[in-house]
Amino acid sequence: MITSEELLARVRDLLAAHPPGESDRTDFLRARFDAGLAWVHYPEGLGGLGAPRSLQAVVDAELEAAGAPGNDPRRIGIGLGMAAPTILAYGTAEQKHRFLRPLWVGEEVWCQLFSEPGAGSDLAALATRAVREEDSGDWIVDGQKVWTSSAHTARWAILIARTDPALPKHRGITYFLCDMHAPGVEVRPLRQITGEAEFNEVFLTGVRIPDAHRLGAVGQGWEVARTTLMNERVSIGGMRIPREGGMIGPVSAVWRERPELRTHALHQRLLELWVEAEVARLTGERLRQQLAAGQPGPEGSGMKLTFARLNQEISGLEVELLGAEGLLYEDWTMRRPEIVDFTGRDAGYRYLRAKGNSIEGGTSEVLLNIVAERVLGLPAEPRDDKDTAWKDLAR
Amino acid sequence: MTDETERTTPMASHAPFDLLYSETEEELRSAVRALLADRCDAASVLARAETDRPYDPELWSTLAGGIGAAGLLVPEKLGGQGASHREAAVVLEELGRAVAPAPYLTSAVLATEILLGCDTTSAEVAGLLAQVAAGARVCVPAVPLTLAPGAPLPSGVRDAGGGVLTGSAGPVADAVAADVLLVLADTGLYAVPAAAVTLVRAVPLDLTRPLATVELDGATGTRLGDPATARAAVAGALLSGAGLLASEQLGIAQWCLTETVAHVRARHQFNRPVGSFQALKHRLARLWLDVASARAAARAAADALATGSPDAPLTVAVAQAYCSGVAVRAAEECVQLHGGIGMTWEHPAHLYLKRAKADALALGSAGHHRTLVADFAELPSP
Repeated sequence: MITSEELLARVRDLLAAHPPGESDRTDFLRARFDAGLAWVHYPEGLGGLGAPRSLQAVVDAELEAAGAPGNDPRRIGIGLGMAAPTILAYGTAEQKHRFLRPLWVGEEVWCQLFSEPGAGSDLAALATRAVREEDSGDWIVDGQKVWTSSAHTARWAILIARTDPALPKHRGITYFLCDMHAPGVEVRPLRQITGEAEFNEVFLTGVRIPDAHRLGAVGQGWEVARTTLMNERVSIGGMRIPREGGMIGPVSAVWRERPELRTHALHQRLLELWVEAEVARLTGERLRQQLAAGQPGPEGSGMKLTFARLNQEISGLEVELLGAEGLLYEDWTMRRPEIVDFTGRDAGYRYLRAKGNSIEGGTSEVLLNIVAERVLGLPAEPRDDKDTAWKDLAR
Repeated sequence: MTDETERTTPMASHAPFDLLYSETEEELRSAVRALLADRCDAASVLARAETDRPYDPELWSTLAGGIGAAGLLVPEKLGGQGASHREAAVVLEELGRAVAPAPYLTSAVLATEILLGCDTTSAEVAGLLAQVAAGARVCVPAVPLTLAPGAPLPSGVRDAGGGVLTGSAGPVADAVAADVLLVLADTGLYAVPAAAVTLVRAVPLDLTRPLATVELDGATGTRLGDPATARAAVAGALLSGAGLLASEQLGIAQWCLTETVAHVRARHQFNRPVGSFQALKHRLARLWLDVASARAAARAAADALATGSPDAPLTVAVAQAYCSGVAVRAAEECVQLHGGIGMTWEHPAHLYLKRAKADALALGSAGHHRTLVADFAELPSP
């Protein structure tokens, strides 16, 4: 097993061969990937060294201290957090070598073509069809996807589509890597209640995907997609925040700076929410300590539920606290933010954007079912859709 | 740590708390749990709850002396175990989980902390502390159970001169179990033998923690500290007590959740386990989330107290403001989701509901602790 000293020696070699001040950013990032210092827990030859994941922090700190350029992970979050671990787990050697380096470097942005207008919480009911063309062996894809972040900047997509409608819904799905520049891919902005369009609708009309871009076996798509979705939940719940980090910070600051806005009723609500936000912070901290100690607890399933509710209640309180100013909204102009910051704009924006927190990445209702069944061991509701051919399900 | 005037800035970044349980703490938990399973099952708690003395003397002697739980907060050189609030918190979790009638919070936490806040080099303080730490004597502060950190201290007892005390205090928890009472009078803190006072028993909402008014009519006490020392010692003890009460509340909530989940899995109506209905699953999933959060809050308070963190007053106030409500909600859900059986005397759910509701008043209500949060976090009232 590689030690942190050996890793630091590699970092020094990289910095010597590519001095950050003199190297092109992309060249530097490619060299970093090739040196196995991109994500050290990945295998050798794929940007890593098979080292413990915890050693990544050693590399990152050393490179940051040397002023080395980073790969701007927030811009390529879907690729790093969802596409990469799935390709690593299910990709062929050829797919891993073709896709992982430009993904990590940020030369190729990824997006996720999963949700559909008719398949939200019930994702496995998706209707986008992929039909194998006999002569070429290529797949021809038709359908519509929705809530796609980065679709307008993405070069590639992870895509799930139905390849056998005669099978029950979980078994007739196949997972593909889709070229977003291919003919028949149309991306339209999807404007939200905030006025912005963070997301897109993606229309797929006769899109041709070579069989070499299938990830996993035909019909294995649901299993592959679960790997992607597990990584999504980890990345949504896992951020460390300081005291008064998140939504409670701005409203507390307004309370301190604007005594004329204070009322007794708002004071009680503010204190209740301040306490809950602090307890949520401690709960997240406890979860991280459990992970670090190698005793992962089930609390992770719940953190997103807590933050969604708190973000909504706190931002709602902030609009009320502002009084007449709460009647105003900064700007309804349709914009296409590349990076979404939930707390970045005014109180009205925070209030509206937070409505999505209990919907995106698994609705709170579905997450409560997951907690009830997987953590508490309560029985599932009786279902009649699991063993029925997809084509015979009500839509 | 116990200075009432100390303030923490809300943004100050102190070392992160250790929010996990150590191996030693888990071993202590197992020992206490095994003892309680053996001597403190629900049926025997219920049977004793209607008698004058709900306590089981054998349980106390094994818990306090045998396991050494009474001396966890006391340094070894003073006759204790030299452990900390973290370990005492684990004991309280288990006592809450078993809704055990034992004068632990009053004697092993509150009175012990008051004695530790006095001059422990004096023979009177050290002698009493050693006996309390060994579990040989039960010592209870003669202050109302509702007395909260940061609230004005009671002044109902006067010294007629030479430690001859007159007045009353109450409702005092566990006074009926006490060998010695710690009495706060105008001239300082006094140890008064239980035999020298009159106890007027009340009918408590929580049958597992008896209440009485302590009446002193010329009782003679031994002075343990001057008024300033006494007030600081009591204030420090109230902070510790409030912080550790959060762990008792966590234990209550955990039992209620576990018991309710087991019930809805087994109970069938409409040809299915009632726990398969989404309306119930969502309620229990939310309750689980509350309990997981209460665990983080209670652990933070215990660790802050154990390490003497400058963050302790805020962290204790946060834990109390949060955990009181969780314990009550868990007990109320337990009663409701058990259906009819949850309303009976026979089922132990009511013992937990009564303890949870009484605990929500003990050592300051959630509302009182929120006002402390307002103070510490600099979020002033209008």
